[in-house]
Amino acid sequence: MKTILSLFVGAGLVAGCVTQLSDSEARQRAEQTFREAFTHGNRQMAARVDEQDEVQALCTKYRNEPPRDVAEKIEKSQAATIKYPAPGKLIGDWRLGEKIAQDGYGMRFTDPDPKRPNGGNCYNCHQIATQEISFGTIGPSLQGFGKLRGQSEPVQKYVYGKIYNAEAFAACSNMPRFGHNGVLTEEQITHLVALLLDPASPVNK
Amino acid sequence: MHIKRVLAGVLTAMLPCFAQAQQDTQKEIERYRKMLVEGNPADLWEARGEELWKKSRGPKSASLEQCDLGLGAGVVKGAYARLPRYFADTDRVQDVESRLVTCMVTLQGFTPEEAMKNPFSSPDRQSIMEALVSYIAAESKGMTLDVPIRHPKEIEALRIGEQLFYRRAGPHDFACVSCHGENGRRIRLQELPKLTDPKDAQKIFTTWPAYRVSQGTVRTMQHRLYDCYWQMRHPQLDYTSEASIALMVYMAKYANGGTVNAPGLKR
Repeated sequence: MKTILSLFVGAGLVAGCVTQLSDSEARQRAEQTFREAFTHGNRQMAARVDEQDEVQALCTKYRNEPPRDVAEKIEKSQAATIKYPAPGKLIGDWRLGEKIAQDGYGMRFTDPDPKRPNGGNCYNCHQIATQEISFGTIGPSLQGFGKLRGQSEPVQKYVYGKIYNAEAFAACSNMPRFGHNGVLTEEQITHLVALLLDPASPVNK
Repeated sequence: MHIKRVLAGVLTAMLPCFAQAQQDTQKEIERYRKMLVEGNPADLWEARGEELWKKSRGPKSASLEQCDLGLGAGVVKGAYARLPRYFADTDRVQDVESRLVTCMVTLQGFTPEEAMKNPFSSPDRQSIMEALVSYIAAESKGMTLDVPIRHPKEIEALRIGEQLFYRRAGPHDFACVSCHGENGRRIRLQELPKLTDPKDAQKIFTTWPAYRVSQGTVRTMQHRLYDCYWQMRHPQLDYTSEASIALMVYMAKYANGGTVNAPGLKR
């Protein structure tokens, strides 16, 4: 009886192994499936998503909760990517910043004009200027950002860096790396810094 | 036309509401949904879909009435509540749309390219897929979602879908989980379901296909995923791709047990 039972258990385990993919097999199959899923569009766009960079691959692997040592590695490597403008040039025009924050144009496969600057789409995820009530909540509210923190150079540098490459400050953050990934230009980012920090900006009213 | 005018009227009437607090806006949207639930414009898509299902079409001049949607040839009732699923004849896990393509090829004699030529309506061209899916989904209304995840290929699809859900890529570093990983989040005013939470998944997955007021047509789950990847700055997702179906199986894992309430009505 015992032998028969253990035979059954053994057979069950074997069958289980046949049907169950290991994690790495599942990852490989998913990668293959992903590459086969975008065959009709622009090849350049496909190449841009087929290969993950190191941060994307690590954050995928750890499902955005990397262990401390991995997180530190990511933050260090990403901090080194940030290109800061000259001191005194970190703050642009908050009016232009507001336009960029509202604008969702760019990098979708239906956005045909590469000469039109990309938007930052900031309101999709953040509450920013008080009068704009159509805001998302994936990111924290930025209302009164400058009023709370002032606009000293370290604060300017922090805001600029955070928009340029958020992974430098919080590994596997949901926030896109707008500067590092070439979504926004350095100048555009300075306008967003102004939107958050300028005392005249509606964010700080 | 009349329906469109009524909708436009309702939407215009709602505009002042957006100036009030967020909760009020949400309440208004709920009220507006309730108001229209009796007269979802998707009814027209359902009726057209039923006609198309029964109409002789294609080189073989046959209807789709013998199509096997998983419960046997010709059984439409309850089929949508159990899709996607594994089909032995194609040796694939298929959602309703990829299965319709199969039936249009085998029963009606279309080429796969012909069958997949116009999956999503544009302002000047209506898609027959949106109508057929509306009809088939409505035939499962009120039933419990029970997508099978038992066959090795169904389990494989689940595992692939899970990997894809977390896969970050592109210039915005987005994955599905970037927007659908936490409860109670929004993009602008649009609420986002946490798709790995059965409470949210059961409420949302079961209401696709849906009439989308902003687009003036019924959209299917294939279109929802295509639209998500568009917003994620990925390339154009292939219609009925294995990846799209794997993601549906992953969502169904959490949505199973919910009640099919499709076609739904959405922004």
